[in-house]
Amino acid sequence: MGRYVGTSVKRVEDPRFIQGKGRYVANIQFPDMVYVAIKRSPEAHARITRIDTSAAAAMDGVVAVFTGQDFKDGGCGSLPCGWLVPDTKVPDRPIVVTDRVCHVGDSVAVVAARTPYIAADAVEAIEVDYEPLPTVVDARGAMDEGAPLVHAEIEDNVSYHWALGDQEACDKAFAEADEVVEVELVNQRLIPTAMEPRAAAAQWDAASEEMTVWTTSQNPHPIRLLLSAFTLGIPESKLRVISPDVGGGFGSKIFHYPEEVIVPWVAREVGRPARWVATRTESQMTDSQGRDHVTVAKLAMTSDGAFTGLDVETWANQGAYLSTFAPLIPTALYITLLSGNYKMPGVFGKVHGTLTNTVPVDAYRGAGRPEAAYLVERLVDLAATRLGRDPLDLRRQNAIPKEDFPYQTPVAFLYDSGDYDRLMTTAADRADYAGMRQAQAEARAEGKLRGVGVVCCIEASGPAPSAVAGSLGSAVGFWESGEVRVHPTGQVSVFTGSHAHGQGHETTLAQVVADELGVPIESVEVVHGDTGRVNFGMGTYGSRSACVGGSALVRSAEKVRAKVLRIGAHLLEAAEEDVVYDRDTGRVHVKGSPDSGKDFGELAFAAYTAHNLPEGMEPGLDFVSFYDPANFTFPASSHICEVEVCSDTWEVRILRYVAVDDVGKVINPMIVEGQLQGGIVQGVGQALTEIGAYSDDGQLLSGTLLEYAVPRADLLPGIEVDRIETPSPHNPLGVKGAGEMGTIAATPVVANAVLDALAPLGVTHIELPLTPERIWRAVQAAGNGA
Amino acid sequence: MFPSQFDYHRAASVAEAVELLSSLPDAKLVAGGHSLIPAMKLRAAQPSALVDIGRIPGLSDVSRDGDSLVIGALATHAAVADSAAVRGGCPMLAETAAAIGDIQVRNRGTIGGSLAHADPGADYPAAMLALGAEVTAVGAGGERTIAASDFFVDILTTALADNEVITSVRVPCAAGGAYLKHRHPASSYAVVGVAACVGMDGGNVGSCAIGINGVTGKAVLADAAAAALCGGPADADRIAAAAARVGDAFDEPLGDLYASGEFRAHLAGVYTKRALALAAERAG
Ligand SMILES: Cc1cc2nc3c(=O)[nH]c(=O)nc-3n(C[C@H](O)[C@H](O)[C@H](O)COP(=O)(O)OP(=O)(O)OC[C@H]3O[C@@H](n4cnc5c(N)ncnc54)[C@H](O)[C@@H]3O)c2cc1C
Repeated sequence: MGRYVGTSVKRVEDPRFIQGKGRYVANIQFPDMVYVAIKRSPEAHARITRIDTSAAAAMDGVVAVFTGQDFKDGGCGSLPCGWLVPDTKVPDRPIVVTDRVCHVGDSVAVVAARTPYIAADAVEAIEVDYEPLPTVVDARGAMDEGAPLVHAEIEDNVSYHWALGDQEACDKAFAEADEVVEVELVNQRLIPTAMEPRAAAAQWDAASEEMTVWTTSQNPHPIRLLLSAFTLGIPESKLRVISPDVGGGFGSKIFHYPEEVIVPWVAREVGRPARWVATRTESQMTDSQGRDHVTVAKLAMTSDGAFTGLDVETWANQGAYLSTFAPLIPTALYITLLSGNYKMPGVFGKVHGTLTNTVPVDAYRGAGRPEAAYLVERLVDLAATRLGRDPLDLRRQNAIPKEDFPYQTPVAFLYDSGDYDRLMTTAADRADYAGMRQAQAEARAEGKLRGVGVVCCIEASGPAPSAVAGSLGSAVGFWESGEVRVHPTGQVSVFTGSHAHGQGHETTLAQVVADELGVPIESVEVVHGDTGRVNFGMGTYGSRSACVGGSALVRSAEKVRAKVLRIGAHLLEAAEEDVVYDRDTGRVHVKGSPDSGKDFGELAFAAYTAHNLPEGMEPGLDFVSFYDPANFTFPASSHICEVEVCSDTWEVRILRYVAVDDVGKVINPMIVEGQLQGGIVQGVGQALTEIGAYSDDGQLLSGTLLEYAVPRADLLPGIEVDRIETPSPHNPLGVKGAGEMGTIAATPVVANAVLDALAPLGVTHIELPLTPERIWRAVQAAGNGA
Repeated sequence: MFPSQFDYHRAASVAEAVELLSSLPDAKLVAGGHSLIPAMKLRAAQPSALVDIGRIPGLSDVSRDGDSLVIGALATHAAVADSAAVRGGCPMLAETAAAIGDIQVRNRGTIGGSLAHADPGADYPAAMLALGAEVTAVGAGGERTIAASDFFVDILTTALADNEVITSVRVPCAAGGAYLKHRHPASSYAVVGVAACVGMDGGNVGSCAIGINGVTGKAVLADAAAAALCGGPADADRIAAAAARVGDAFDEPLGDLYASGEFRAHLAGVYTKRALALAAERAG
């Protein structure tokens, strides 16, 4: 079955992207449009004692200037948080502040002008007096006695405490442990840095009272819901939200941002279309950021290497306000993954979500899962060192055996399928692990700092069973909708609630539907990102588009097939049991005689002429399905990396990188490989180069791309990607997520390799990223003059 | 990233550029625009007018003049890196130009602009110091030459007057030179860049100069280190001993998120060692 699924069909979206014909929000242009610019706070925490907009308002070409009070008076509600764990304290997050700023970049006033240049000049002309307040930026320090409060009403800066696992089993494991290894580590703050900065545009139709908003969102329907119900107050029926081509998101474009409210509000207020496009600096400063955990953890084991318990306490920096899904990330997407790929009876984790004077933190590629993987995989390496065991060997010993699936972990998740031993042995073969160790021994004998890192990582992807999400704190469901509309000519339009911002859904989802129906892929068009065309959808994040969005389309295609089959049988004057739907050709024919049949196109046409349909059948050929997954899917990976650390400049050079991933059934190997490669590079960025940092007084120290080092092509050699497939048993495609696995595994494997290289110097831990200076200092601290 | 308003003038000659600079308040020259325009987009620079010298004829020539190279102010980094005259006469200079930024930057940025901007992380200044280059500039009072060692005054500050235009740079040829840099992973500017020149006198080092950028606000000559290498063979021990003295050249090392001043000083020692070894090898 399937002419397309499993093959590397070239991406149909690429010709337009490569030729500069993509249509992004910044390309939305109307005559008479006003350009919106935002006055941003240079202070991390301050009371506003005066705002004077008069000089700005008087400038030639300035159409209007607004302050926070105008938005409040004009009916704008505060930004809501869409995920609340028990007893979450949610600080008020106004669209534009009125009297107090809580992080650098907080919006203070808004200008609408005839050109973006005038708007920028006017922003400079707005005068604001700030009375600085004390600041706190550190995730754990926020809870210290006497730490300044980000919001006076939220005690100890704690938004929530959350815990999960079997504490009794955990305590028992440590009481009875032969060996315990401990670590304290930081998952540093990362800045997502999508190629396209955030943007919003809006057009208000005063006659029909309809608002159209274009926004760089990974999920336009939830944004419409939030705009309608909370922030803008325009009914959903009068509000159309379009996410056209979007140049990358990595999670940062999931959330509801102030500018998505500001721009339509201004458009309606001034009666002209409006557009705002973030500058790169604004993106660095205001996009929700990622990670920022401080963790203390320990792993218990028997002397022969069996893991028995893991005890974790994490302080998760949530920033100054709770971004849309902020509390989800360090709770249900982090603590739940602490069992890793291992059998461990006593896992227990607790997390404190703290507020600080920094930009909000929310999902960033991997979201919670990379934080867990880095922690677990570092502990496993420390355990291997302690026990004098080979790290690959120790992982294989503790891996959940394939016959144990579905496997219930002590931290809520039921892993669907996997074969971690095969994953690791495939990676070891592919990398020639034994050869690498041999080469390492030889390099060490020559005085070189050569290291080999190995990891086995788990991910939960494809969120989520809606009832489970609801029980964990979600305000929304996580199903997906998929509509398959067959036109009278047999052409097919597919409407998905998933949103592509680089992933290639227009190709992969067309592959799925073309195979389900047996039609040429050229006749299948995929429509996404427009609430005016797609009935509803939850969007794309958490590596969910194939598992959840694809499955919804399979369900709709099944309904199309069933109807087409009935029409075919009717026209062929045969009983339904006596005809078959040939999924290679899309033809319906009498069993055993393929020649006496009807083409898909003929049958589609018949559905619309309705001249001769089976008794009682409605005309038309258009089905929608809402697919709510039965479980998450659980991709896994084993990566092996070989590095050399230069013994005087302390630079890390990656010599080889081998990635073997199990993302279930693969729809398009080329696209999956691309996702893995890109994900790996981002994970290596966390390991080696990216430093999202604030000074103690809340200034963003990595505010431009002169300081913030996203990885470049020369950071890595060619990545060798391979895979095994253990299909997910609970979705019709057998797929698991492919978008984040690379990121999750890459950070720990590089960290493990570098620390393996430095082991002869007595270095056991360095905080990420592993920059030359940090390595140099660690080597010195370990007592080596260098 | 929208600059504040400015006027734009295109100068047809150096004389016109000088005149415009002298008459327009807060005017700035623009050549390749690869330092000035980013600063304007961040509104760190807000000139009232730009005087574009980019199309003045004759300012981008690169030629050999006896034992020197004469490089027009508008010569792009790519042109210097690719010039046969430079590669033949002063390979270190070509190596320096090739180490700047990325290909787009090298295709637009000019040597005059780089020197006038005097960024602490720029690559050319160390080479200019080590090679003993001279900058030729034209101002209201006519033409003058400024030795590289007098040219770099402080961070982003040079000996140029506000209305002076660099027209060319004269660089003595040197076979025994090497430029090595530690690239900033974000900006690609030099965290540390070391330009070493070694001249052999029989089996001994007869002359040596070491220019270092990236560590302090302006590029500096590591004279003590250079002197330590002279008068003996360029062997590993003597090179290491010389490199150990580069610290004398740094008053106040600069630091950033990526590398503190202390680490930059460490790197300067490492790169000096490597650059001296390479330069000595090339000197033959
Ligand atoms: C992404 C990026 C990466 C970079 N990486 C590096 C790097 O690794 N190493 C490095 O060295 N540089 C780097 N640069 C800077 C680059 O080399 C610039 O091109 C150079 O510093 C300035 O040259 P320009 O011709 O662009 O000058 P402009 O930007 O046009 O001008 C810079 C300054 O010099 C003045 N000026 C220009 N020409 C003259 C003249 N003839 N006489 C007097 N004053 C003049 C201008 O008024 C202005 O103040 C980078 C730049 C970018 C954008």
